[in-house]
Amino acid sequence: MSIKALLSADHQQCDERFAQAEAAVASHDWATAASGLRALTRGLEAHFLAEEEILFPAFEQASGMSTGPTAVMRLEHGQIRELLEALDQALAAKEDEAFAGAVETLLILLQQHNQKEENILYPMCDRLLDPDSLAGALRQRLEADGND
Amino acid sequence: MHPNLSFEQAPPLAVPLRFFLTAPWFGVAAGLLLVIAGDDAFASRFSPSILAVTHLLTTGFMLQAMCGALLQFIPVATGANVIHLEWLTKFIQPMLTFASLVLAAGFLRMQPMLFTVASVLFLLAGLGFVAIVSLALWQTPGSGMTLLALRGAVIALGVTLLLGAALAMTLAFGVEVPLLAMIEVHLAWGLAGWALLLLAAVSWIVVPMFQLTPAYPPAFSRGFLWLLPGAVLLLSVAALVNSERLLDTSRLILLLIGASHAVLTLNLQRRRRRKLPDVTLNFFRLAMTSLLAFALLGAAALAFPALADLPRYAIGLGVLALVGVFASAICGMLYKIVPFLGWLHLQRLGAPLSAVPNMKGMLAEIAKQRQLALHGLALLLLLVAVIWPGWLRAAGLTLMLSMAALGANLYTAAHRYVRFRDRIRATGSDQE
Repeated sequence: MSIKALLSADHQQCDERFAQAEAAVASHDWATAASGLRALTRGLEAHFLAEEEILFPAFEQASGMSTGPTAVMRLEHGQIRELLEALDQALAAKEDEAFAGAVETLLILLQQHNQKEENILYPMCDRLLDPDSLAGALRQRLEADGND
Repeated sequence: MHPNLSFEQAPPLAVPLRFFLTAPWFGVAAGLLLVIAGDDAFASRFSPSILAVTHLLTTGFMLQAMCGALLQFIPVATGANVIHLEWLTKFIQPMLTFASLVLAAGFLRMQPMLFTVASVLFLLAGLGFVAIVSLALWQTPGSGMTLLALRGAVIALGVTLLLGAALAMTLAFGVEVPLLAMIEVHLAWGLAGWALLLLAAVSWIVVPMFQLTPAYPPAFSRGFLWLLPGAVLLLSVAALVNSERLLDTSRLILLLIGASHAVLTLNLQRRRRRKLPDVTLNFFRLAMTSLLAFALLGAAALAFPALADLPRYAIGLGVLALVGVFASAICGMLYKIVPFLGWLHLQRLGAPLSAVPNMKGMLAEIAKQRQLALHGLALLLLLVAVIWPGWLRAAGLTLMLSMAALGANLYTAAHRYVRFRDRIRATGSDQE
């Protein structure tokens, strides 16, 4: 399986969790929203760690680029983590307006981040690295934290 | 390794913002012109006022907004880095603005000098823009259908500008050419080759992204990517060899492509996983419904040619395309792009997240909803005026108000960005 296929499928799983958490807040079902947001945060964190600990170092070594695309991706992971925290706070205070604003921002940030990875970075990784040897480690990392 | 590969949110905010903040005021000018001209404007599709209004909307409103959006879209979708940005802000954007105004004045006055000046400005600025984005689009290591579609769209923009300049020269110097055929070719390259292809390429990415819908089937995008430019080329050849049958075939293909894009997009949006109300979603639905209506009206005239001879038939198509399809889609896109970029650039200044307004803090939901209502009403009244031209002044006034509201909304977001940026910088320098 290619790196692109594996990690793009994981993006979609995170999208699913995103939609569930958002829908629960919209219907003021705070308990479901809280567990939904936790599942989303866990899924994203597992995805980020798989990239930051396994994929990015391998890419940086193979390409010789440590300040290029992966640096920007790491920066955006940081921004996404901050927004997840803001969502958590809004949810704890049951402020649906604040949640709606932060969730909209998170969605766009997340999606344009995914676009760059799926369109450019992952195909480059598939070309530069050995997808078969990496896929197992990546899958294991995703499954370690990502499941409910 | 890939010197042109950029993952930054290039370009700096000021570059696309200049295009975005200018665009709506061309829409205001178009509405104003309709109010001034009254029902005379709809007397014929070639009345001076309707030609001026059309070009204020296309070369003014649409071109500015689409150029700005393209600059922002290229790095995300293709990984390409647009360079020579100072050329864009210093020369190209002001020249495009001036060119659109001169062209509109040229149509109103029918003065050869104005057409000549507008043509030269458009060729310099428009082809300059084409050159700058082409550098990015042809050097990127990225690949895929979106990239191909963007390349095709940019080529089509270049061809549209060349044909437009040739048409303007024809009007200026009275050169004998088959004017009607040439206008249709100019329209096909501009509205289908450039605008619809760009809208489709952007939709393939943003429709699933904004609403979490299923993806467009790759086979559809691939078909679209070859059929649309193919049909535009076929139409050009048909016009050249003056073959009515080939013309009708290419028109039919274009209408079918447009209709299928509209139906597919509406269907994907119906299956979206995000169920919250969203202004951009409604703008896109209005755009796709208008595209479907355009295709049906166009197909009706292929079946019943007498329809096309009705005095305001072509104007009805124009209203659906420019205000219905493209203005709606552009409004919807701008309401996602501008607040997000404002947030992103503030965030990059290093302030804590809590100090930065999020997207809904950059631009209030209610302001967008009010503008959507005005825009929908303007479209409706313009369509009413196609049947009963007595309504044209009211329609023009509503279009003016809607475009002014768009301009005010975008200005509000930009102003909020500047205020917070200055505040964050002041806090930063206090701490130093």
